[in-house]
Amino acid sequence: MRKFDTQVQYLKYKVLREVARQHWDGRLLHELWNIPKTIISGNVPTTRCCVYKERAIVSERVKLAMGGDRENPNVIEVIKLACDECPVSGYEVTASCRGCLAHRCEDVCPKGAISFDSNRKAYIDKTKCIECGLCAKACQFNAISNNKRPCQSACKVKAITMDDEKAAEIDESKCIACGACVYQCPFGAIMDKSFIIDAIDILKASKGNTKYNTYAVVAPSISSQFSYAKLGQVVTAIKKLGFHEVVEAALGADMVAYKESEELIEKGFLTSSCCPAFVMHIEKQYPNLIDNISHNLSPMAEISRYIKSVDENAKVIFIGPCTAKKMEFQKESVSPYVDCVLTFEELQALFDSRAFDITAFEEDVLDNASFYGRIFARSGGLADAVAQAIKEHGSDFELNAIACDGIEECNKALIRANRKLLPNNFIEGMACVGGCIGGAGCLAHGAKDRTQVDKYGKEAMEKTIKDAIVAVSLK
Amino acid sequence: MKIKVCIGSSCHLKGSRIVIQTFQNQIEKHNLQDVIQMSGQFCMKNCQNGVCIMIDDKAFSVNPAEADSFFEKEIITRVKVCND
Repeated sequence: MRKFDTQVQYLKYKVLREVARQHWDGRLLHELWNIPKTIISGNVPTTRCCVYKERAIVSERVKLAMGGDRENPNVIEVIKLACDECPVSGYEVTASCRGCLAHRCEDVCPKGAISFDSNRKAYIDKTKCIECGLCAKACQFNAISNNKRPCQSACKVKAITMDDEKAAEIDESKCIACGACVYQCPFGAIMDKSFIIDAIDILKASKGNTKYNTYAVVAPSISSQFSYAKLGQVVTAIKKLGFHEVVEAALGADMVAYKESEELIEKGFLTSSCCPAFVMHIEKQYPNLIDNISHNLSPMAEISRYIKSVDENAKVIFIGPCTAKKMEFQKESVSPYVDCVLTFEELQALFDSRAFDITAFEEDVLDNASFYGRIFARSGGLADAVAQAIKEHGSDFELNAIACDGIEECNKALIRANRKLLPNNFIEGMACVGGCIGGAGCLAHGAKDRTQVDKYGKEAMEKTIKDAIVAVSLK
Repeated sequence: MKIKVCIGSSCHLKGSRIVIQTFQNQIEKHNLQDVIQMSGQFCMKNCQNGVCIMIDDKAFSVNPAEADSFFEKEIITRVKVCND
């Protein structure tokens, strides 16, 4: 059986599956009000105070599964009703404080915020505390705990604040739609909007690919997903949903690596443009560096553009691990090429909405890209591919790349680049830790994912970028 | 003349790159750049045989190892017919 990392994902999946199931049958509007009761059946609450609140929250999830608030340009939304208003008090001394003599907490505190009461127990003065956490590390009884909201801890761009009622709120001027908060909120109170309905509409209106062909462009991180089946069976399943053809986004990555290396040789300093969350972070926080972002499209957009150049009526649906791609495909520079974006979570829901038994399917093939295009899915892969492309160009350009694993590391490199203190000439920026395999839209996240991606990379028939892009040299 | 070569996964694994490169070399050798237009296409739904190609609107299946002789036999002759 398939696995989700958490029950939150499982609940979200159940809603998506049900919405998709009804929409295939054209009964969604008719069944809309019944979905909460289908999902939360019985009278015994399991997650909230009563089944009525549980159902009310499911209604909100249904709304998001159907595209959410169309007035709100962000694809990440807070379900206020589901937010448990976790404590936000920061570092606090707990009852485990034994009132020792050493007072290591007091010694390490840079702000003198720690004092002791008449029972020798430590007390943190919140007006002085800067939430550095040194006292918690120093205490040998682990008596100082950090009451920070998981969404806030997850959000490394500090885009989560609180509204008047203490529910989480997204600061749109900072949010990069990476989905870290979506994956980390233990109450499932933040969710990415889904375009699953749009995808079904595109597939249905193609009338079995007679009106136009629908293409699935799949991200290479698929190799670390759907571990219960073989990749070839997943390809068959995607086609059975009604897609004409499945194409690797990794071929777009090969195209991008080849062009990006040329651009780098010409300009001498670049940041990557593949990760939409990283690009959005530069646009919002480092406007001075915008000109240094590679002018290439992302692999998703690049391969989709190619598909539409050879099949002008084609519709393209990207399937990947990424919530930020749901922002990217709406950009003016990308929307002509990509018609819809789904996550692996949503693909699973689509499979099950059709009651597919994937493990019983025959295996189809998926092979368009090279090793280098495929390893884009993990941190460091893009930099490796650019190094390879420079070599294949026969250039003597000396690449000094920094592969930033997660938006925190990206930030460190960008701060230095902004001050012209960065020794590197190429920044590979991946907002998710681990790279795309760490994306919020993945079904599962595991330690073996990186190995899986490299293994999948080595299985590619083409061993060089140049060989892989021969196919797309034809227009 | 328009030649479409399938670059979908199945044909790619059967050697569509070799077919493309062979044809490109032949086009150059025979100086047919202005006569023949090559383009890629994804799945032509005839995956059981060799690499799928379309010459104008006629479907063919090519064995990459015989791409040179295929070009001489099917393409050069057609070009000649067109020119005559």
